[in-house]
Amino acid sequence: MENGEYVIDVHGLSKSFEGKMAVNQLTLQVRQGEIYGFLGPNGSGKTTSIRMLCGLLTPDSGSGTCLGFDVIKETAEIKRQVGYMTQRFSLYEDLSIEENLDFTARMYGMENRLAVVEKSLERLGLSQRRKQLAGTLSGGWKQRLALAACMLHQPRLLLLDEPTAGVDPKARRDFWDEIHRLAAEGITVLVSTHYMDEAERCNRLAYIAHGNLLTSGTAAEVVAQSGITTWAVEGNDLFKLTEQLRGLPGIKYVVPFGNTLHVSGDDAEQLQRSIAPFQADLRFHWEQSKPGLEDVFIQMMEQVKDNPS
Amino acid sequence: MTGKYFSWSRFVAVVVKEFIQMRRDRLTFAMMVGIPLLQLILFGFAINSDPKHLPTAVLSADHSEFSRSFIRAMENSDYFVVVKQVASEAEADRLLAEGDVQFVVNIPENFSRKLQRGEHPVVLVEADATDPSATGNAIVAISTLAQTAINRDLQGALQPLISKPAPFEVRIHRRYNPEGITQYNIVPGLMGVILTMTMIMMTGLAMTRERERGTMENLLATPVRPFEVMAGKIVPYILVGYIQVTLILLAAWLIFNVPMLGSVPLLYVIVLVFIAANLSVGMMFSTIAKNQMQAMQMTFFFFLPSLLLSGFMFPFRGMPQWAQTIGEALPLTHFLRMVRGILLKGNGLMDTLPHLWPIALFILVVVGIGLKRYRKTLD
Repeated sequence: MENGEYVIDVHGLSKSFEGKMAVNQLTLQVRQGEIYGFLGPNGSGKTTSIRMLCGLLTPDSGSGTCLGFDVIKETAEIKRQVGYMTQRFSLYEDLSIEENLDFTARMYGMENRLAVVEKSLERLGLSQRRKQLAGTLSGGWKQRLALAACMLHQPRLLLLDEPTAGVDPKARRDFWDEIHRLAAEGITVLVSTHYMDEAERCNRLAYIAHGNLLTSGTAAEVVAQSGITTWAVEGNDLFKLTEQLRGLPGIKYVVPFGNTLHVSGDDAEQLQRSIAPFQADLRFHWEQSKPGLEDVFIQMMEQVKDNPS
Repeated sequence: MTGKYFSWSRFVAVVVKEFIQMRRDRLTFAMMVGIPLLQLILFGFAINSDPKHLPTAVLSADHSEFSRSFIRAMENSDYFVVVKQVASEAEADRLLAEGDVQFVVNIPENFSRKLQRGEHPVVLVEADATDPSATGNAIVAISTLAQTAINRDLQGALQPLISKPAPFEVRIHRRYNPEGITQYNIVPGLMGVILTMTMIMMTGLAMTRERERGTMENLLATPVRPFEVMAGKIVPYILVGYIQVTLILLAAWLIFNVPMLGSVPLLYVIVLVFIAANLSVGMMFSTIAKNQMQAMQMTFFFFLPSLLLSGFMFPFRGMPQWAQTIGEALPLTHFLRMVRGILLKGNGLMDTLPHLWPIALFILVVVGIGLKRYRKTLD
């Protein structure tokens, strides 16, 4: 029933709201057991894309399958088999942890409901606090509870919409450990985020901006495809240097990263020529560095800004 | 038991959740009991459509036995209390204009002399009729007084002046509420008014609350079907409705001594249909309203015509045809007729059926619109 090895296989999905294009011709293929990162700035169309995948929104055009079911006609079946975690906490804050899980278990018509809920509480480590209202949990715990709730019916595909927004680093790390554990069990995970460190933890990723998919592949592929060269500069008075470098031919962007400055461009030779005079200045230490995902994505954003589609 | 079209498990999930949320939301729950109590007190004790003891001023230029008898007869009717004797017409006008008195009785000079001569003198009663219902019954009472008030004083030579009986008699038999007690009409009607307001409001808020709190997205992402959500949200409120009805019936029985001639179990069955009608309106509103505020406003948009055109506040037959037509479409109109019929007239099932099917039709239409409007997606 499934289309080859792809769990998600959609082509040309588009959606606009009141004439404003939210997602433009999205084509996405996600393999079984993969952690697929979905990156992009706020308002880029990540949430809309995910909602179209799980049957919450009907695409204006395009076609495809999710878990082998048609994303337009078989949304009921998709809803039954997909675990979707919304960006905003969407469990009931005035229900306790246990009541929320129980509600979800009933919703999916689970057999041995009580045992399933019990196991989930144990796995969460919330057995002792089961009577606590969900609204009183901290951000990190809310996310873990939401994840547990959308895992109750043992979906084969998880769609997580910015699951770690506003969560502290420790909780974020725990969350990602859990995602990796789930992926190891064979569950496919599509996760949207705008944290670069999280992007690095995905098997493959896609970058979307202003509704357009700009690139996709493994992190290494994305960097290689971009063809950019990055130089890292260390030294004093970097702020002044920033001002001087900006606008020189071949220099696409100059961004401070703590005490270093990243200078990038897609034409290595021209970039080299432009920075040569500054390399002679002994106050600065120049080193060619491997561009990171962040360098690539920032440059992509700049490109989109230059020629909006 | 997870069928393709209706799942008992999902339905129960919604019911259980709604009950828990209702229990946690103490204030709302208190209001659901508090609103009927407050309305009972206000409408039951404070409203009287047959006002008596109305302040009256007397401007008398004739101090005879006859005029005294007439004034006494007025007071005996219970509708009038003479609060002031005035000396001039100007003063009487001022009292009326300022609202200090509701009536001015003007007995002319030579009243007794003209009366004795058989000249049929005129007594002028001026009424402050700005509010017609406040003076209506009193005016009816006073016009019959002229027939009888002074008969006792007309003796001897005056005997021929005693008014003769009309050639035929009109006998009035006020059935169902012979004493014209307002509460007998208001308290049963109140049941319908309270159910209309609370049921529509509560369910109107139920769905918009999910949307406002963001839980709607989660709900839509589950396999739950629109009918399961609607039915599951309705059931807890049916229970609340019954609690309200029981409260009002107890008050009607114990406090207001409203007669209960008909079958109370029949009433409870009819209440179910009426509650269902209101809940379906609330559900429909909640599928249209974007937030709780809008749901609230829509509730009042529906509540106002229900209150005014159903015959609860004003006589149904007094309204023009177009208003009656609107009134006939409202569930409250038919419910009022059934409740008053059962309690006051002792109507049975066959008498109530003609008012039951319009409500059933109403439910069908509204649920149809509601299910059509319920959005399974977020588009």
